[in-house]
Amino acid sequence: MKDTYYNKEDLNKFGNITEWQKELGDKFFSYYGSVFEEGALTKREKSLIALAVAHAIQCPYCIDAYTGDTLQKGVDEEQMMEAIHVAAAIRGGASLVHGVQMMNQVKEKTM
Amino acid sequence: MGGIQSLQRRKHELSKAQAQIDTLDDHQGLGIPSFQERLESIDLFPLKSTGIDVFQVNMGKMCNQVCKHCHVDAGPDRKEIMTRETMEQCLTALKGTDIKTVDLTGGAPEMNPDFRWFVEEISALGKSIIVRCNLTIIVANPKYNDLPEFYKKHKVNVASSLPYFSAKRTDAQRGGGVFEQSIKALKMLNAVGYGLSDSELKLDLVYNPSGAFMPGDQQDLEKQFKDKLKNGYDIDFNSLFTITNLPVSRFLDYLINSGNYQAYMTELANAFNASAATGVMCRNTLSVGWDGYLYDCDFNQMLEMKLDQPNGHISEFDIESLNKRTIKINQHCYGCSAGAGSSCGGATT
Repeated sequence: MKDTYYNKEDLNKFGNITEWQKELGDKFFSYYGSVFEEGALTKREKSLIALAVAHAIQCPYCIDAYTGDTLQKGVDEEQMMEAIHVAAAIRGGASLVHGVQMMNQVKEKTM
Repeated sequence: MGGIQSLQRRKHELSKAQAQIDTLDDHQGLGIPSFQERLESIDLFPLKSTGIDVFQVNMGKMCNQVCKHCHVDAGPDRKEIMTRETMEQCLTALKGTDIKTVDLTGGAPEMNPDFRWFVEEISALGKSIIVRCNLTIIVANPKYNDLPEFYKKHKVNVASSLPYFSAKRTDAQRGGGVFEQSIKALKMLNAVGYGLSDSELKLDLVYNPSGAFMPGDQQDLEKQFKDKLKNGYDIDFNSLFTITNLPVSRFLDYLINSGNYQAYMTELANAFNASAATGVMCRNTLSVGWDGYLYDCDFNQMLEMKLDQPNGHISEFDIESLNKRTIKINQHCYGCSAGAGSSCGGATT
């Protein structure tokens, strides 16, 4: 195995986190399963949200998992990329909106 | 169309069934239990036939398309097609049974010069007929343009592959221009009444993933296909069947070459579903090869896993012993028992 912080194989071992704290781990996976059930949003919509969030939080495991999941659910390449642009827009916007804070500070400190 | 050649034409090692079997046999190298072990774990080994309901005939490997995932390794260069003599043996076999459904596949079965004669004869026996039509054959040559009318006359259930509702992913799997021609053919089928909600003429679409991933939920995908094909192209169809790609022939080659083989097999094995395994289609199907030899399914046929029976040819058809036969298995069988299950009629659970 290559010496890297992220190993692809570890995704399949996700369930092992219950070994050292079973009760909380089980509760998490039960909750996780319920979240992705069909509800007011379809499973497909939830999968696309997960794909976008995976990119926002830059989780390689989640990116692999939800690329596969959205493919399975019939999502096409254009839709996947648009979802990622939504994540990018929010991330970029989150930086830029703080520009107002910067502007406020500058206005306070300058004549 | 096309762009690739059959494995046989390329003299590829995997064009030999034994080379595929050798690859599939090594489940330990993949780190997965054998399919036999999985069946044993649910008391389903040996897997037995439950009696033949579907008589599936592979009319030959000749095809106008060369799809990347084809488990038959079909293509225009393949000349192995069923003779009229073998078709007559099929008819003789069918006459003595109450098997209701005859499923014709290939290659492109329509390219067999005796295809129409065979359909007429089966129709005269009162059997219902499914033709696995690749759609593009209908527009490939003017001599095939009247196929929709011919199907209508014999109330053939047309089952057609369409891996996706966009040209990009369809053409990536089935060859350049296939999507556009498939749309034309679907319109021709609709025009004679196929796939319309008030019509008895059934047009079903077959979805199989364009890559190393399992199909999603059949109902969800059907909804998406209906929406996209209706709104985008004004096309109607009846049902969508999701089929899992099995690691056989060109799809096996794709998996190995793309570095996806281990991960895909692991995904299939991890998704083993006891209920899908119990309902696998080989248990109620008999598969007849172009040369008349008998198999449990079309995949076993391509892997040349002939029945372990003394009467293993259609000329020696004996329904009593066939109904009691043991099904031959290998690791490719994980494909039909994974997730919601997979068969020529789609998901099984």
